Amino acid sequence: MQIYLPIAEVSVNAFLILGLGGLVGILSGMFGVGGGFLMTPLLFFIGIPPAVAVATEANQIVASSFSGVLAHLRRKTVDLRMGTVLLIGGLIGAALGVVVFNYLKALGQVDLLVKLCYVVFLGVIGGMMFLESLRAIRNTRTGKPPKRKKHNWVQGLPFKMRFRTSGLYISVIPPILVGVAVGILAAIMGVGGGFIMVPAMIYILGMPTKVVVGTSLFQIIFVTAFTTMLHATTNYTVDVALAVLLLVGGVVGAQIGTQIGTRMKAEQLRILLALMVLAVCLKLALDLLIQPAELYSIGTAAGH
Amino acid sequence: MLRLALALICLALPLKAEEVVLGLSSDKVRITATFEGSDILVFGAVKRQTPIPQEPLDVVVAISGPSKPLTVRRKERKLGIWVNTDAVEIDRAPSFYAVATTGPLDEVLTSVEDLRHKISIPRAIRSVGAPGNVEDAQNFTDALIRIRKANNAYQMLEGAVALDEQTLFRTAIELPANLTEGDYRTRILLTRQGRVISEFETVIDVRKVGLERWLFTLSREQPMLYGLMSLAIAIAAGWGASAAFRVLRRN
Repeated sequence: MQIYLPIAEVSVNAFLILGLGGLVGILSGMFGVGGGFLMTPLLFFIGIPPAVAVATEANQIVASSFSGVLAHLRRKTVDLRMGTVLLIGGLIGAALGVVVFNYLKALGQVDLLVKLCYVVFLGVIGGMMFLESLRAIRNTRTGKPPKRKKHNWVQGLPFKMRFRTSGLYISVIPPILVGVAVGILAAIMGVGGGFIMVPAMIYILGMPTKVVVGTSLFQIIFVTAFTTMLHATTNYTVDVALAVLLLVGGVVGAQIGTQIGTRMKAEQLRILLALMVLAVCLKLALDLLIQPAELYSIGTAAGH
Repeated sequence: MLRLALALICLALPLKAEEVVLGLSSDKVRITATFEGSDILVFGAVKRQTPIPQEPLDVVVAISGPSKPLTVRRKERKLGIWVNTDAVEIDRAPSFYAVATTGPLDEVLTSVEDLRHKISIPRAIRSVGAPGNVEDAQNFTDALIRIRKANNAYQMLEGAVALDEQTLFRTAIELPANLTEGDYRTRILLTRQGRVISEFETVIDVRKVGLERWLFTLSREQPMLYGLMSLAIAIAAGWGASAAFRVLRRN
């Protein structure tokens, strides 16, 4: 069944979009990520204009993270204070990101920046996660207890604050900086930034893993909601029809994904996610390195 | 006085001798949520007061969508990766353009007449000038035509117009599903030996309707409200999923 998207002005197969939403939803339920880093390239691939894909994806992430955060709130695994600090950074970052996005759109380099961001971040994070989970699997085989680094440079900074749920007493500067960085990426790449936020919270801020996912989702809701509003009011690129199709698929997929996820080991999940991230990264990198079949592309005139 | 009248008749005669009486299967295209493209049947007859001249008659049908300025960019390899470098602004390019003729275009229409009436695809695109750093601006226009032809937005349908007894003509033009709204200018030219002897013009009105219309208007006129509505839908769906999940797990 074809559906004409009112903002994207393209006609898409509704079942294809539902299926994509479902597939990414399954992965998102399994691994606790928003799935935007997978969905946005897939939307490009089926011919949704990049600007619409990025803005609409932000709207879809609001739904999936809101659904996730409700579950975490019931389990009391959300550090609201840390979330608020990250959020302040995130909102500043999102505003900066939309400015950068519009500037690059005028230059015609927005596709390149989005793709480069993807390649770099997916490559680094996928690689790190792959090595880390490989080590974890080897350690559980040999029976070595996992090490955890306690002190790093983060402890020496001023403006300290107590985060009770996380059991931390640290400076507010690193969480704000992490927030800004993720906010910029959220606006430019149309992702919630969970796949960057989660490792940063564990490895840089030293937060306990059990509160990381909930807290990350909590702040992602607000950052992506803010991004959605900015895109809707400045670029008019949020396609609500596309968002609804993605939402329905994603919500159903997430339920199936969570069921699969509970039957697997944490290291196995992490290594699968790492492989998937690396595969997406490789595909995008090849696109940049191999000569494209069509060297020319059509864009809207500058100043429109 | 008589001489003046004769001169007037002589001037008017070639224009009035043969005229188009046109029919369209529909002069409105409605883009609904389930729009899958549309076939427009263009048909008509040639009305004439005089006997049919010796030279064969040809018919050209051209439908053109709303024009917009756009930018064509070219990728080049820089530091090992392919990036957009040169860009050429095209002043006006129709979002959709289809030409159907009774025969090969260069036989049906002389290049002078093509220039005057802007019928062939390259003529329908207006590109005034390229920036100084781009020397091969023609390549950019060619690329635009190539890309749009590939996704059916530009169609060259030589020989697609059927003409019976030099009087009745008909052709079907397929409008693709990825259609932008606006006035689609439809022209019918009658030619003899490459020269235009009569021209007829009408407009096909392509509009989003219903939900599509409402959403599009809302997103442009009330962007704040539209954004909030999108968020409300997202929050409601997120909450709904969480609630449904809980019910499922309890059972």
